[in-house]
Amino acid sequence: MVNLKKKALEIRKDVIEMIFHAKTGHTGSDLSCTDILVALYYDVMNIDPRNPDDPDRDRYIQSKGHAAEVYWAVLADKGFIEKEELKTFSAFGSRLIGHPNNKVDGVEMNTGSLGHGLSIATGIALAAKMDNKSYHTFTLLGDGELAEGSVWEGAMAAAHYQLDNLTAIIDRNGLQITGASEDVMKVEPLANKWRAFGWEVIEVDGNDIHALSEELHKQPVDGKPTCIIAHTVKGKGISMAENAAGWHHRVPNQEEYDQAIAELDMQLEALANE
Amino acid sequence: MNKIANRQVMCETLIDEAKQNQDIVVLTSDSRGSASLVAFAESQPKQMIEVGIAEQNIVSIAAGLAHSGKRPFVASPACFLSMRSIEQIKVDVAYSNTNVKLIGISGGVSYGALGMSHHSLQDIAVTRAIPNLQVIIPADRFETKAVFRYLAQSDQPAYVRLGRNPVEDCYQAELTDFEVGKAVTMRNGNDVTLIATGETVRVALDAATDLEAQGLSVRVLNMHTIKPLDQKAIVKAATETKLIITLEEHSIYSGLGAAVAEVVSANRDGAAVKILGIADEPAVTGKTKEIFDHYGLSTENIKQIVTEHLL
Repeated sequence: MVNLKKKALEIRKDVIEMIFHAKTGHTGSDLSCTDILVALYYDVMNIDPRNPDDPDRDRYIQSKGHAAEVYWAVLADKGFIEKEELKTFSAFGSRLIGHPNNKVDGVEMNTGSLGHGLSIATGIALAAKMDNKSYHTFTLLGDGELAEGSVWEGAMAAAHYQLDNLTAIIDRNGLQITGASEDVMKVEPLANKWRAFGWEVIEVDGNDIHALSEELHKQPVDGKPTCIIAHTVKGKGISMAENAAGWHHRVPNQEEYDQAIAELDMQLEALANE
Repeated sequence: MNKIANRQVMCETLIDEAKQNQDIVVLTSDSRGSASLVAFAESQPKQMIEVGIAEQNIVSIAAGLAHSGKRPFVASPACFLSMRSIEQIKVDVAYSNTNVKLIGISGGVSYGALGMSHHSLQDIAVTRAIPNLQVIIPADRFETKAVFRYLAQSDQPAYVRLGRNPVEDCYQAELTDFEVGKAVTMRNGNDVTLIATGETVRVALDAATDLEAQGLSVRVLNMHTIKPLDQKAIVKAATETKLIITLEEHSIYSGLGAAVAEVVSANRDGAAVKILGIADEPAVTGKTKEIFDHYGLSTENIKQIVTEHLL
């Protein structure tokens, strides 16, 4: 059994390394959803890096594609790619670009344009129903992304087709590039919106990895897709980046990098002493 | 002359193919009537997916289905599919390389009287600039059938435009040798070449008959595939004939004519290229034939251009 909290801290360190060395990346967005990816990849999803095209594997579509660094770090740690390859992130010609790229094993579909992932996941879940397959489809959306109208087209269709084999996770960190999501474009009452669209809604602390995992393991309600609103902290784990919209895609300088790694190491040490 | 709408042939061919392959699914956006797919829905209800009036969603869902082993055909009006859904086409279909067939129905000025919102006169321009996307426009019912037989077997993303209204035959019989990316020489000649696509192939054939009566030797190329483009046939026409006239139910910008001109201009001894299509304006409304005549997609205009250039 993987120590999920420890794993999430190690992945955060990988993310900071990648962004610091490539001088590009979405620091705040990555750190906010790190616990979500770790819960999915280390505790919830049925996936096998040795058999990435297994027809019965669970599917993951990262609709908030800009949080690519954390995705690459997880795929490397799981063994879909060599860890060494992370050093090529954002380099000329690298497959590890700033958005998910399906030339890499483990990535189902290319994303990056917001508002596509839920509809893609709906198609994948619909195919499972048509073929009587038991795999589950997960998709991760940002909260700023919810202003895209196509999200709600997908939400309508998933409920219409009663896709209880589909879970949408909202990374509800409350911030986007311009500032507070509620100031940029109000999405509240969020839970009621999804309920009104016919979804089963669960709210959870998205940085409490065990609570999150527990919710993800729950049996879905018959005939209803599940929406998990994961309340998260943007930039989670590094004090200077926490709840700071400016860190959406800011790259740490040397001093900030040193501090970030030191903070994560301290958390790892504290965890070891628990 | 037999007049059958290409969309009706699409439906018959898809029913036939879907019976043989359960993975074929058809998606509509409240468009099964306008796509002539009611018969498909009745024949193959489990292979029909209704998405409602949501053209972005229909393309992404189709991409998800294709990623899971289905062979989706999305049938939605060309004006919406090629504009509102273009980002989904670019990213979810072409970039992710999902085997989705995008069928733009009632293309060009098929919805003649409904105005610019319903005309699709930019779809060639947009789709041909997207890598990993074939662009195909069949001319008549025989070619439509051949195209859909091909699509049912092909694993590549494609955009196909069909007109709404019945069209006169361009071929005499069923095609057994349809090849994507290869222009069909409908008539051979050495003075002038008419290169047409879709419903303008019939216009070109009629003009050729008239010109030949005047003693001219006219080549007619049916460029059913805009992408990949048959560059060889174009270069050959540019060197063997003195003038090329392109005909398309599309903006004069960035469509078939532009694609032909791009090839000819890279060739040292190219013929002149005259592009016929819809002017850069909200197109006049009316019936297809009236609109074609208005913009010079007509025998009269072609005769005049040939006279000015060659005689």
